[in-house]
Amino acid sequence: MPPSDLSDDARLVMSADKAAVSRALNLVEDRRSDAQARVTGLLAALKDAPKAAAGHRVGLTGPPGVGKSTLTSALARAVRRRDRSVGVVAVDPSSIRSGGSLLGDRARMSFDPSDAGLFVRSLATAGEVGGLAYAANSAVRVLAAAYDIVVIETTGVGQSEIDIVHVADTVVLVIQPGSGDVLQFLKAGIMEIPDILVVNKSDQDELAQRAIADLRGALRTAHAAGAGRGQDADWDTPIIATSATKGTGIDALIDALDAHRQHLNAMLPARRRQGEVQWTLDLFSRKHGEHGLATLGGVARLQARAKRDLAGGDTPLGLCEHLSREYVSALGKTP
Amino acid sequence: MAEDGKQERDRPWIMRTYSGHSTAAASNALYRTNLAKGQTGLSVAFDLPTQTGYDADDPLARGEVGKVGVPVSHIGDMRALFDGLPLDQMNTSMTINATAVWLLSLYVAVADEQGVDPSVLRGTTQNDIIKEYLSRGTHIFPPAPSMRLITDLITYTVDEVPKWNPINICSYHLQEAGATPTQELAYALVTAIGVLDAVKATGRVPESEFGKVVGRMSFFVNAGIRFVEELCKMRAFVELWDRVTRERYGVADPKQRRFRYGVQVNSLGLTEQQPENNVIRIVLEMLAVTLSKDARARAIQLPAWNEALGLPRPWDQQWSLRAQQILAYESDLLEYADLFKGSKVVEANTQRLVDSAWAEVQEVLKRGGAVEAVESGYIKQRLVESNAARLRAIENGDQVVVGVNKYMEGAPSPLTENLDDAILTVDPEVDARQREALGRWKLERDGAAVAKALAELQRVANTDENMMTASIAAAHAGVTTGEWANTLRQVWGEYRAPTGVAGATVKASGSGASAEVIDRLRARLGDLETRMGRRAKLLVGKPGLDGHSNGAEQIAIKARDVGFDVVYEGIRVSPEQIVASALEEGVHLIGLSILSGSHLALVPEVAERLRAAGLGDVPLVVGGIIPDADAERLRREGIAAVYTPKNFELDNIMSDLIDLVDRQHAAE
Repeated sequence: MPPSDLSDDARLVMSADKAAVSRALNLVEDRRSDAQARVTGLLAALKDAPKAAAGHRVGLTGPPGVGKSTLTSALARAVRRRDRSVGVVAVDPSSIRSGGSLLGDRARMSFDPSDAGLFVRSLATAGEVGGLAYAANSAVRVLAAAYDIVVIETTGVGQSEIDIVHVADTVVLVIQPGSGDVLQFLKAGIMEIPDILVVNKSDQDELAQRAIADLRGALRTAHAAGAGRGQDADWDTPIIATSATKGTGIDALIDALDAHRQHLNAMLPARRRQGEVQWTLDLFSRKHGEHGLATLGGVARLQARAKRDLAGGDTPLGLCEHLSREYVSALGKTP
Repeated sequence: MAEDGKQERDRPWIMRTYSGHSTAAASNALYRTNLAKGQTGLSVAFDLPTQTGYDADDPLARGEVGKVGVPVSHIGDMRALFDGLPLDQMNTSMTINATAVWLLSLYVAVADEQGVDPSVLRGTTQNDIIKEYLSRGTHIFPPAPSMRLITDLITYTVDEVPKWNPINICSYHLQEAGATPTQELAYALVTAIGVLDAVKATGRVPESEFGKVVGRMSFFVNAGIRFVEELCKMRAFVELWDRVTRERYGVADPKQRRFRYGVQVNSLGLTEQQPENNVIRIVLEMLAVTLSKDARARAIQLPAWNEALGLPRPWDQQWSLRAQQILAYESDLLEYADLFKGSKVVEANTQRLVDSAWAEVQEVLKRGGAVEAVESGYIKQRLVESNAARLRAIENGDQVVVGVNKYMEGAPSPLTENLDDAILTVDPEVDARQREALGRWKLERDGAAVAKALAELQRVANTDENMMTASIAAAHAGVTTGEWANTLRQVWGEYRAPTGVAGATVKASGSGASAEVIDRLRARLGDLETRMGRRAKLLVGKPGLDGHSNGAEQIAIKARDVGFDVVYEGIRVSPEQIVASALEEGVHLIGLSILSGSHLALVPEVAERLRAAGLGDVPLVVGGIIPDADAERLRREGIAAVYTPKNFELDNIMSDLIDLVDRQHAAE
């Protein structure tokens, strides 16, 4: 495809043309080698989209069965009522045996099909270790260029939110009353403290109140043990009770999201940059492994290099290609 | 009783035919002929808009009006439905759930007009929302307000309509959704427990009166072709219900502990191939629920032999009624005491089912009960897994189905010589006429009275007062079904139930021929992914109001198991939504499932909207109960493939689907 098409496509994506957004998402999912250059070009063209800088990327994660899809649906509708547009990436696991997947999020969502300001894309993890789909990082960037708020929804406690921290500005952990494991993980510092905690299915007041009290306790323990996000010591993780089916607590969640976005304001570029550095290294090590990282001087050096180059205007995909070339030529020089 | 077990001839069960179509007037004429043929009760089939709370003029009702039952939009329709049929002499079963409170209100209001006191009314409202979430899909509201409507209806009838069966707990649809006999027993019982606990929690029924509520609980059961096991299942039901009512609810009166049930025998096992064989299946299945005097059905309705082909005609239904009459009046069955008391085989099998079902009851109760186990998806997932196993057994021949996977060769049947005449076709103008009539109704009624009645409904919905009184007043005021439901939707919201497909476990392909087929399909999809750059993505859509999702679910699971990325949207999605999803999800292929007979209205609309969205190239296939002539027409209009119950070999369907994606990729 000639470059002019690409910028046309990028323009259409930025105007939230659904067909163009869908095409762009198809492209970033394309694993054929001849698609890579176009993906790199597209993401570079979308990098400075006005929506992207001003927008908000929200990661929504939690154990299976806590009602994340229904919550995402309720959240998206409430955000639309506030006249902001929403793009959703819903990530579901692929079957290890068949490679296939059942992407069931839409079944729990009710939405207006004629609404131009809401877009939902389901992605399968396709065997990626770590929970996020191969294309999730890129997909978030496509949607961020088109919509005010991007929600990325993943399942899991433990592995996947390590990934999601690098994609999302705000990480929301969703649990339900009686999620004892999560409390233990938090207390033990096994999981990072999320930016917002949601107790969904809070229909039964007593249970929900107890769950909230337990979470407060767990957060205190975790803080006392020195866990949490080092760069963000002055954010107090709010705990919000919601009932996605009844629609209660959703406005409070949006307010909390806005407050966190506001709180991030000055540090957001640095935080997103950190995520991009991580993504670059992930991409590179996925291709070339430990040996690749070691050959180019090790993780710390590559992180510093990525930080500098990305600040200079390179994109994660572009930089990864440079690094790959350097690695390959370095390989040629060793016996 | 004499030595030979002879006794005074037992009273026969109530004989019904599940019927209703087109309009209230047409259905009324049908009821009159059915009664004249010796039917002893009525069983009203409502159309899907009525069941899901929409008026005929609602966009969602498109193509569905008068299709699978009769449209009843207001008291005028209910009046016409029972014109000339004195309600004090009828025994009327209504298959109605989410809108049960409303339809019973219309019935009570019409009785009132006929000068009939509610206390003499006899009949049944199905009123079981749990199995709607699990299988049948006509639910509207979330579980909490739905359970409230159920308890409102029960507490109202216990006082005001004491001969009414306020609820028919349905294990029927659980079997259709794949339940094993153990699961059928267990999930029906936990539903009954959930309902009784909810009635208790209202505090409206004094402790001393609670036995009356228990005594009015009735069940609606399925009987499949393994009729010895089914016979034991019915005996297990009797024993388990006695245990629950005695131990959990402390009911002393044995009459109030009696397991009272009606039956529709298995429609799911009826075949499209050699459909005349279905008559034999229907009769065998009827034996399972009639042979045991100690566990005999109180009401039976039989499907018609040609239900897998389309809507049955009056003659087809008559044939099924005659089968009941021959067994009840011609044979000597009703002259004997229980035939199986003391039979070692029957008793051992019954005990096995009692034990396994009781264990599963405890499992669900441990998970918080029926409502919780629906919301968490636990029960649905178990059903989806059982159904997948059942279909696999048919596909690989472990379960013989005569004429389908064995003994397929046969002489052409004179019964189906002219297939288009062998089913009933609903006049396509019904839709428009019902809309017009509804428009006139809205013009002619007292608008102020309607507004007042709706305001009262809304007020009551926000309290914990019984919804029946306000609903009966609304019925008299001329409120419509859609207005009643929409008022409550605004207060309570709507609910989308778990589909159970995402969590269903993938079976290892194992070994043997079928494993080889699966491995081959997986390899083809892997190869296709390499060539396309992305894994083939399939959208499974269920347009229209039909909630029978078992077929769509099984296709979705099978497609996942052979390696498709599958987007499944659940039931009741509009053509607009399907096209929006196809666009946003970037799918390579779309499959629609429609069982309500509205395929000619819905499929071309989806196709047209796809073209308008620039997705005209995406292959579209459809599955459902689709007569040959309709299938031909759909193919002419560009539908890539049409599947009917005849196509039970899912592997072949999967192979076709992969071909379609491959061909489309090659064309691009």
